Amino acid sequence: MSESVAAEHDYIGLSEFPTMEATTMSDKTKTRDNNNGLNFKATELRLGLPGSESPERVDSRFLALNKSSCPVSGAKRVFSDAINESNKWIFSTGSTTATGDVGSGSGPGSSVVKDGKSTTFPKPAVPVKEKKSSATAPASKAQVVGWPPIRSFRKNSMASSQSQKPGNNSETEEAEAKSGPEQPCLYVKVSMEGAPYLRKIDLKTYKSYLELSSALEKMFSCFTIGQFGSHGGCGRDGLNESRLTDLLRGSEYVVTYEDKDSDWMLVGDVPWDMFICSCKKLRIMKSSEAIGLAPRVMEKCRSRN
Amino acid sequence: MGLRLPSKVLEHILSFIDSNEDRNSVSLVCKSWFETERKTRKRVFVGNCYAVSPAAVAKRFPEVRSLTLKGKPHFADYNLVPDGWGGYAWPWIEAMAAKCPSLEEIRLKRMVVTDECLEKIAASFKDFKVLVLTSCEGFSTDGIAAIAATCRNLRVLELRECIVEDLGGDWLSYFPESSTSLVSLDFSCLDSEVKISDLERLVSRCPNLSSLKLNPAVTLDGLVSLLRRAPQLTELGTGSFAAQLKPEAFSKLSEAFSNCKQLQSLSGLWDVLPEYLPALYSVCPGLTSLNLSYATVRMPDLVELLRRCSKLQKLWVMDLIEDKGLEAVASYCKELRELRVFPSAPDLDEANIPLTEQGLVFVSKGCRKLESVLYFCVQFTNAALLTIARKRPNLKCFRLCVIEPFAPDYKTNEPLDKGFKAIAEGCKDLRRLSVSGLLSDKAFKYIGKHAKKVRMLSIAFAGDSDLMLHHLLSGCESLKKLEIRDCPFGDTALLEHAAKLETMRSLWMSSCFVSFGACKLLSQKMPRLNVEVIDEHPPETRPESSPVERIYIYRTVAGPRMDTPEFVWTIHKNPEIGVSHLAIK
Repeated sequence: MSESVAAEHDYIGLSEFPTMEATTMSDKTKTRDNNNGLNFKATELRLGLPGSESPERVDSRFLALNKSSCPVSGAKRVFSDAINESNKWIFSTGSTTATGDVGSGSGPGSSVVKDGKSTTFPKPAVPVKEKKSSATAPASKAQVVGWPPIRSFRKNSMASSQSQKPGNNSETEEAEAKSGPEQPCLYVKVSMEGAPYLRKIDLKTYKSYLELSSALEKMFSCFTIGQFGSHGGCGRDGLNESRLTDLLRGSEYVVTYEDKDSDWMLVGDVPWDMFICSCKKLRIMKSSEAIGLAPRVMEKCRSRN
Repeated sequence: MGLRLPSKVLEHILSFIDSNEDRNSVSLVCKSWFETERKTRKRVFVGNCYAVSPAAVAKRFPEVRSLTLKGKPHFADYNLVPDGWGGYAWPWIEAMAAKCPSLEEIRLKRMVVTDECLEKIAASFKDFKVLVLTSCEGFSTDGIAAIAATCRNLRVLELRECIVEDLGGDWLSYFPESSTSLVSLDFSCLDSEVKISDLERLVSRCPNLSSLKLNPAVTLDGLVSLLRRAPQLTELGTGSFAAQLKPEAFSKLSEAFSNCKQLQSLSGLWDVLPEYLPALYSVCPGLTSLNLSYATVRMPDLVELLRRCSKLQKLWVMDLIEDKGLEAVASYCKELRELRVFPSAPDLDEANIPLTEQGLVFVSKGCRKLESVLYFCVQFTNAALLTIARKRPNLKCFRLCVIEPFAPDYKTNEPLDKGFKAIAEGCKDLRRLSVSGLLSDKAFKYIGKHAKKVRMLSIAFAGDSDLMLHHLLSGCESLKKLEIRDCPFGDTALLEHAAKLETMRSLWMSSCFVSFGACKLLSQKMPRLNVEVIDEHPPETRPESSPVERIYIYRTVAGPRMDTPEFVWTIHKNPEIGVSHLAIK
C-alpha cells in the first residue's frame, strides 16, 4: 500500500482555505496525467508564519468584529504556537487506492470527464494532530474551524464545566472543598469591543492564564484574541512573547481587565492569584487601543515590587 | 366545465387541509383557489428568510397566525458563517406588525433578533401566544422582559441555545401577577440567576404549565420547590446539580420527582453527580425523552439509569456511555427512535473513550424502531455501516461524524464508500444524511443514484474531484439543502448543474475550489438565484480563477438582498465587474 509522503509542517494556513502543497500536487499530476484546467500556481496557498508570507492575508480591516470571519486562525496559530512550540501537524496519509479507483473514465459519460478537465486534487492538508502528550492546554490544539461540528453552545457549556471531570464523589468533593465557602464563585463580565453581547465567567474555575485564555477563545470563537504577554520579571504565569510586536501588528486583540483601583490593565502581567483577587471586569479590545495601558502597567509592577 | 365551488364551500374544505405542501398545491389549481387558500392559511413556514420578501408574505397571507422563519445557513452553527452575515428578524416583524396583527406565534431559527424586535412583537400583536427562538442572537434579557410584561396571553416562551446579552435575572419578575397562561417556559441558555421566589409564584399560578426548562443557575433546592408546585410537568429541564450531596437533599429530590407522575421528558442535568441519579429512578419508566448530553457521568451509572427507561424513544448522551452502555441501551430501550451520541472531548488528543462503531451497531441491531442517528466517533468501518444499513432500513436521518478527517475504514484502510453505499441503497426513506471519513467520488455516485428521498446532505473533507458534485447534482432527486466544506472541487460541476440549484433551497460550499469567475457566471446565468460569495478578501481584487472562501447560493423570488455586509459579494454589488450588458433591475 503506497502512502503519500507525510510531511511535517506547522499548520498555519487560514483554516478557510484548503491548503495545498506544491510537491504533493505534482506527484498526483504525474500519475494521473490530468489536464490542469485551472492554474494552481496562481492559487497556491503557502504555509507560513503570519507576517512572514502573504502578509496581506491578515487584513486588519477584516478583523474588526462586525466583519470578522470565524476565526482568523492565522492569528490564532500565533497564540497557540507561543504556548506550545512543538505543535506539529502531519498530513493525513490518506489511502491512495481511493483516488486510484476514480479513474478518468468512470463517470457516466459526463462532459466533466470527457473533456479531460476533471480536476483532481490531492487531499488538502488536514491537520491531523500527532497523538502525543506534549499538548499542555486545550488552547494549544490548533483546530480546524467548525470541526468536529459541535454547536458553540455545547462547546461553551463544556468549557465552563471543564473543572467538573467525570469522577467519583471524593474527587468532586475535593474540588468542592477548594472552591468552598471561603472562595465563592467569582463571576466577572467579559465584554468585547463591538460585540453584541457580553458573557460572564467564573474566574475560580480557571487555574492559570492559559485556561482563561482558552476559555475566552472558545467563548468568543469568532474573534481573534491576542496573546497575553509578560514584561520581564513581572508575571510568573505570563508567556514570554513580547507583547509589543503584537501591538505593533495592530490587528490583534488583547484582553484587559479593570482592577480594584478601577484601572484598566493588560491581562497577564501580574501573578495569577493576584490577578483573580483584583480583577473586577474583563474586556477584550483591539491592541491598538490598548497601547496606552503599557506604561501604567509598568508603574504598577514597580510599585508592587 | 362551468362548475365552480362557492368560496365558502371551498373555505370549509380547506379548513381540513393543514399541511403546507398540500396547501401549496391547492394554491396552484386556479386563481380562485389561490385566493381562497391564501386568505385561509394560518401557518406559514419560510425555510430561508431571503427567499421571499416579508412584505410579499404579509400581503399574501393576511390571516396568518403562526410564522416560522429560518435565517442563517446550517453551518453557521459551527462558526463557518461570519458575524454580521445577515438573517435579521426586524423586517419580518415590521411587515407582520403592519399587515397581520392577528399573528400569535413566531418561531425563529438562526436569526438576529434585537430587543427592538421583541418590543415590537410585544406591542403589535394583541393576542401573542408563542415565541420560540432557536440559535438566535442579538437580544438581551430586556427584550425578554418586554415580552413577559406585555403579552397577556403568552403561552410559550422558549429560548433554545440562544446567545443572549444577560443583564440579570430581573426579566422573570416582569411576568405580571395576573399572567396565568404559561404552558411552556425555557430559559436554559441564560446565565443569570433568577429570583427563585418569583419563579415559584409564577409556576404556582400557571396551572397549565407542562414544560419547564431551567438554567444552570437554578439550584437543587430551587428545583425541588418548583417540582412541588408543578407536579403536572411533562417536560423538565433541570438546573445545575453541582452541589454537595446531603442525605436530606437527596431524599427531598427523590420525593419531588416521584410526585411528577406525568414526566415524559428530562433534560439539563448539568454537572450531575452520579449519586443523584437514583433520585430520577422513579420517573424513568415513564420517560420517552432523555437528554444526558451534558451529564458527565460514567457508563455504569448511565446504564443503571437507562435500564429503567423501557419506554425511551429519544436518547441524547455523550460518548461516556461507551460501547458497553449502548449495548445495554439496545437491550433495555426497545422503543428507541432517536439516538445522538456527542463527544465528551472534541479534541482528538483526549479521545480515549471506548466508544467505537460497535456501539452504534448494537443499537441498530437491538432497537427496531431506530430511525434517527447522530453519532460522533473517532473512526469507523465499512462493515459496521453495512450492518447498520441491513438491520435498519427504516432509518430516516443518518448523521455520522467521524471525527478524524479522511479517516478510512480502520480495519481495511479502504474508503468508506461501500458503507455509505449500503446506507443510501438500503435506507430507502432516508431524508437526511451526513457523511464523513475517507470518501472517494464513488461514494457520491452511489449516493446520487440511490438516495432518492434525501433532502439534506452534509459533506466534509471528502471526494476527489468535480465528479463528486456532479454525481450529487445529477442524482439526488429530492435534494433541497446541500452543504459542503473542504472538498476539492468546484466550477465545472457547479456550472453544469446550475438548473438543479433552482430546485433546491440552498447550497453552501466553503473551503472548496469554486472560483470567483464561476460565481459571476452562475449569477449571470441564473437570475433567480442569489449567489453570495462570503470572503474575507474582496474577490474582485483577485484573479478570476482564484478560489473563494465560501459561497452560499439559494433560490429566491425576492431579488437581491439589501442588507449584505462588506464581506458578502453578490453580482448586484459590482455590476460593472460582471458582464457589461447585464441589466440590473
